[in-house]
Amino acid sequence: MSLRILFNLCLLTKQGETMQEIVKMENILKVYPNGIVANQSVNFSIVEGEIHALVGENGAGKSTLMKILFGIEQFTDGKILLNGQEVKFNNPQEAIKHGIGMVHQHFMLVPSLTVAENVVLGDEPRKAGGLLDINRAIKETQDIADRYHFDINPKMKVEDCSVGTKQKIEILKALFHGAKVLILDEPTAVLTPQETTELFKELMLLKEKGHTIVFISHKLNEVKEISNRITIMRAGKDVGTYHTDKVSKEDISNLMVGREVIWDLEKTKAKPKDVTVRVENITLVNEHKRRLLDDVSFSLRQGEILGVVGVEGNGQRELVDVLTGLQRVSAGKIAIMNENTDKFSIRQIRDLGLSHIPEDRMTLGVAEFASIEDNLLSIYFDKKDFLNGPFLKLKEINVWAKEKVKDYTVKTGSEKSPVKMLSGGNIQKVVVAREFSNNPKIIVADQPTRGIDVGAAQFIHKKLIELRDNGSAVLLVSADLTEVMDLSDSLIVFYNGKIVAYFEDASKLTEMELGLYMLGLKSQTEEEVRRCVYA
Amino acid sequence: MLKGLFKKGTVDQRFEVIRFAVAIFLAIVMAFILILLVSKEPFEALGYLFLGPISKFRKFGNVIETAIPLTFLGLSVSIMFSANQFNMGSSGALFIGGTIAAIVGLVLPLPFGIHPIVAMLAAGVVGGLLTSIPAIVKLKWGASELVSSLMLNFVALNLGLYLILNHFRDLTAGSLSSLPLLETVLLPTLVSGTRIHFGLIIVIIMVILAWLFLAKTKWGYALRMTGMNINFAKYSGISTAAVVLYSQFIGGFLAGMGGAVEIIGMYDRFKWQFMPSYAFDGVIVAVLAKKNPLYVPIAAVLLAYIRVGADTMSVNSDVSYEMISIIQGFIIIMIAANAFLKQYRQRMVVKEATQHD
Amino acid sequence: MINLLTPEFFFTVIRVTTPILFAAMAAVICNKAGVVNIALEGIMLTAALTGVLVSGFTQSLVLGAIGGIVGGVFIAFLLAYFALYLKTDIVLGGIALNLLTVGGTVFVMFAVTGDKGATNSVRSLQFPAVNIPFIEDIPILGTVLSGHNFLTYLAILMVFLVFFLLYKTTFGLRLRAVGENPDAASSVGIDVSKVKLYALLLSGVIASFGGMYMSMAYLKLFTTNMVSGRGYIALAAAAMGQANPIGTTIASLLFGFMESVGYQLQSRGIPSQFINMVPYISTIVGLVLYSMYRQNQLKRKKEIKLHEEAKS
Repeated sequence: MSLRILFNLCLLTKQGETMQEIVKMENILKVYPNGIVANQSVNFSIVEGEIHALVGENGAGKSTLMKILFGIEQFTDGKILLNGQEVKFNNPQEAIKHGIGMVHQHFMLVPSLTVAENVVLGDEPRKAGGLLDINRAIKETQDIADRYHFDINPKMKVEDCSVGTKQKIEILKALFHGAKVLILDEPTAVLTPQETTELFKELMLLKEKGHTIVFISHKLNEVKEISNRITIMRAGKDVGTYHTDKVSKEDISNLMVGREVIWDLEKTKAKPKDVTVRVENITLVNEHKRRLLDDVSFSLRQGEILGVVGVEGNGQRELVDVLTGLQRVSAGKIAIMNENTDKFSIRQIRDLGLSHIPEDRMTLGVAEFASIEDNLLSIYFDKKDFLNGPFLKLKEINVWAKEKVKDYTVKTGSEKSPVKMLSGGNIQKVVVAREFSNNPKIIVADQPTRGIDVGAAQFIHKKLIELRDNGSAVLLVSADLTEVMDLSDSLIVFYNGKIVAYFEDASKLTEMELGLYMLGLKSQTEEEVRRCVYA
Repeated sequence: MLKGLFKKGTVDQRFEVIRFAVAIFLAIVMAFILILLVSKEPFEALGYLFLGPISKFRKFGNVIETAIPLTFLGLSVSIMFSANQFNMGSSGALFIGGTIAAIVGLVLPLPFGIHPIVAMLAAGVVGGLLTSIPAIVKLKWGASELVSSLMLNFVALNLGLYLILNHFRDLTAGSLSSLPLLETVLLPTLVSGTRIHFGLIIVIIMVILAWLFLAKTKWGYALRMTGMNINFAKYSGISTAAVVLYSQFIGGFLAGMGGAVEIIGMYDRFKWQFMPSYAFDGVIVAVLAKKNPLYVPIAAVLLAYIRVGADTMSVNSDVSYEMISIIQGFIIIMIAANAFLKQYRQRMVVKEATQHD
Repeated sequence: MINLLTPEFFFTVIRVTTPILFAAMAAVICNKAGVVNIALEGIMLTAALTGVLVSGFTQSLVLGAIGGIVGGVFIAFLLAYFALYLKTDIVLGGIALNLLTVGGTVFVMFAVTGDKGATNSVRSLQFPAVNIPFIEDIPILGTVLSGHNFLTYLAILMVFLVFFLLYKTTFGLRLRAVGENPDAASSVGIDVSKVKLYALLLSGVIASFGGMYMSMAYLKLFTTNMVSGRGYIALAAAAMGQANPIGTTIASLLFGFMESVGYQLQSRGIPSQFINMVPYISTIVGLVLYSMYRQNQLKRKKEIKLHEEAKS
């Protein structure tokens, strides 16, 4: 495999020299204040008139790189050349002035305003006295739309437009402000297949008209369909630029998911016992009629760690929400400890023995201004052991809290310090200390080690294994392939809201294979998937 | 030694103390400037403002007796704000509480000792019910408790006045007031030579109860966590709807009780013709006390001191009493200014971080 | 009941609605910009006093009006400064300013005039009543529409001006963008804080007229706390009108209507305190009804979607 790629690289370098390089990012380094290295020695160049795909897993650094190009972020070190001239964009307005436009994943539109108003916002045509020349705005919007064959109605309110139309409006906006280079961040993430086809037609037209397009994605089918060249990023570094027709999807997948770190985990084989969570044919539909969960069924058993893998946005988050009671399913049944939890409150689900490490720890996991002790207490404060009638046994609670801080090695001066003073890893340890301390029967861990230091991560991993060995059932949802493959006994893969694969023995898998399932290139038969449902 | 004490807290705590002190200092400066601007004898006026309350023993008694309703109001607002409920209904609850106590004091003959207790409890319950209305409206239909509670203040004022003036009025009295209350309901004087009444004991008890509730019971814990981060509280399984309701009921209860204590302690009949000027002081007492029930009496005494000082000043000089409204508003807005002295805080944080390396 | 709805009654309704309408328009602008201006009450009260004082001392109505506006905008500026730049919670700041102005206006009044309860000693001026030439002769309509104070007609005009500002100017477009999606606005280079500042100051100007109406049109003097909660009622009206100028005007008229009904009831022997309660109770009822309606709307929207999905 590597020989082929080497060969392609040679081909590439040769061809690259003959085309006009419009953007060149050299040796980009981006370090965030909390120490995270998002981009390291990244080299990225775009040739005029091409559609260039930028691919990588979540956290690979592709969004960051483009945010730097668009001026939302600034690089820590490196150089950016635009048409040969060195530039540095301190804010998006400067990038826009230089002809770079970006269409974000989350639309920056004002719902109650019309299409035309949204397009011209910030650079509005005026009549005397500060009046908005709405007719000219409409006309100019229509002109651009016609020129690029966009079928839109400038007078329609954005809130009445479909998702696909909203994206077109964002592109129109960029074009209105004079963009020659268009960056699209995961544009098809929210589109239906039909809308995606339409989008691609438009991109081809834009290319014909001389625009250059950067297309951030992890959907390999699309990347293969529409791009001329692909740059692959992994763990903050670039892993090469290739001609699209010279690499196969498997090649790309392999390059995307290669492992970096080997965790040092000692894990005995799992001996799963009774089923504690039964998910039967659940479906969750959102306001846009998209199926976030599509007829999902599986079982979670005592004494096993079931990993949930998938590129983010394929239904994992929603799965966690419906299991923990934050959301209700549109159809289907969930039974926890043999009790139907369809109508259960969060409290009731917790009382069944379910503990939850939330993905968003600052919003859900902690109250940042409250003390560590108070944060530890939040699910225990009305339990008999800590109460004397209505009174909290504060001394005992304090002793308990001190113990937890010690056991979970939370680095702090005092258990009375507010949580926001702690580092991310230590905050997570507080969450974990709380959630693990009541011998939970079921643990739902959602991105448990995201954004925290290696030491804290390893500690949490050890704890999860400990709990599994003591008979708990663990559902581990993580976008970190390394973590989920090392920790899990079995794996299910989510793609487009469905389970597309079940692997009873995760240790037999390679990340290459997993990547194929995650990216939708391969899927098991219904029968094979059904194996994850136990009696 | 003070410095040593000072260094003990975290950077945040120390910074808060500094910011607090600067805000108070600026408020004093502002008072000074205002007096300079309007008074022909500014220094005399200032003297009355700051030293008036301790010029005579009786004056200091005024401070204590004024601090009593202020403490009730401060407790009320502290509890509601601790749950992050912006319910402004304490003044209405105070007024209606006073009304109910007067009515109980007029129509319900009870033995001494029981009578005031019944009056206070009844007042508290009615006050609590009043402030629960915004809570219910918020829970059921999502309407903001701010506007509805403010409106209810006006309603309570008018309702109370109607009841007293149309059903219990003393037509022989010189000014608008109720008939004299039965003696059994009145609270006896505590310190002779002053008007300090038994309500002082009661309010101290309530301070302790409020503190116990908030800091040491499970309901108080649930209330505080809801106030800190309602999503976190919900996710932990706390019934935040219940918290929203009982936090506002308790707040109204305390304010209602305060109204009762004021009427049966300070007066022998219902004398309020409009909302008493201190009725809106709950907010500033709570802000000064950082919503901590134990600090509320201190903040209340401080505020009462200024009020008595301003009163002395207005009687003896040409500066009017209402100046303190300006000072109060200014203090609230300054203490709550989170970005105030932001750069200074940054320097403190950096200094602390580098010291530990 | 029918003899309640005389032309004179509707004249009263329009008259009574005037200050609320001014403040409600101010609230509309702030709501659209995504700012909560609780301090309308304080702005109105301050403007009421400064207008009286300046007009009294200069004996010029124009200067008095300017004085009133300056007073009101000053309070609005304080709110903007503390909330936008010093990051005081804007609701708490608004409440603090309202507390400040209640006593503050009395303080200033006493310091400047020696009066405590009302500016009795100041010979302040009044905006004139205007009889519209043709309309005043029309039966019924003439009684209702003509003869109002100049400021009442200004209030009506203000509705159109606010509508025009919000929907026909670039400033209005940006203001609405900032209020609805500040990220979208800043992504195209709009300074969100500046827009909010202008919104607050503008609302200060408009609300000042509402305050001046109380002390320089309806009455010819300033009395303690004369705004009596109209600033808050205006907030409720803007909420009910969904921050739409037309809807808010209707809501304001509704409150004016309720207040006028109250006055009518006064002559029928109902105790004055209940009359006084009418505006406030109707505000609460209005808010509740509106919230119920909105909740219902959201529920029905959700049900329709789920129903459609079940079919597909």
